[in-house]
Amino acid sequence: MTHGFQARRGGGVVATFTGFEADLLRSLESQLVELLRNEVAAPNESDDPLEQLMDFSGPTTEPDDPVLARLFPTAYPDDEEAAGEFRRFTEGGLRDSKARAAAQVIDTLEEAGLPSELTEDGLQVEVELDRAAATTWMRSFTDVRLALATRLGIEEGDEDYWMSLPDDDPRSHVHDIYEWVGYLQETLVQALSR
Amino acid sequence: MPVETEEPEEALLVDRPWVTVVWNDPVNLMSYVTYVFETYFGYARKKAEKLMLEVHNDGRSTVSSGSREEMERDVQAMHEYGLWATMEKAT
Repeated sequence: MTHGFQARRGGGVVATFTGFEADLLRSLESQLVELLRNEVAAPNESDDPLEQLMDFSGPTTEPDDPVLARLFPTAYPDDEEAAGEFRRFTEGGLRDSKARAAAQVIDTLEEAGLPSELTEDGLQVEVELDRAAATTWMRSFTDVRLALATRLGIEEGDEDYWMSLPDDDPRSHVHDIYEWVGYLQETLVQALSR
Repeated sequence: MPVETEEPEEALLVDRPWVTVVWNDPVNLMSYVTYVFETYFGYARKKAEKLMLEVHNDGRSTVSSGSREEMERDVQAMHEYGLWATMEKAT
């Protein structure tokens, strides 16, 4: 069982995961990438202002999927037109940035020794992250937690409800994973706040 | 009647007509929200914690103010960090 992240001498953080834990993280991050790239957002990567103005293909309305709606909130709650404009100019870039962050977590785990298919028992995966990479992981853990929480329907102060679920309820298992990523996140923030 | 001085002009220059608001959500950790306020806005730990507690206890907190363009940048950055942020005209 991992003890989460620890501050590393000279800056940055380290963590050791079991093969199972690293594989689980990869699976969560992969699902996030898939979700972000699934519903077409038509990001415009051009730096040319004219080309950006001529592009009417960016989304202007809130995504249908509740997870995506939470990841990309409406910036102007009382002004539909301004909200649409904001979305059109930001959502593509945000999707891309979140998908890249998730992909970076996966790449780092694989570079640290996680095989594409986990077969070996007793595998340990040790990751070392500099401050910038640690911040990317932190952002991506947040996205994973927001996604899990939205799917579960987590609300403020409902811990007792989740604790009361029988162990064979699949939501109980997903909630455990949500809590575990929260634990990792907490150790990561603490290690960086030193 | 107020006496006319140069001051109103100057006040216009430092006008901060828009604000960024961060809303409470049941997911984001208090430590993480504080960390984001510290690192992105460059606020001291004490101020970052005060704003985080406002979000947590009052449901919302005004975390920055400035021009519309600046606030759009801040809102976008908050969304990048997974915080639920909106913008509105300062009252």
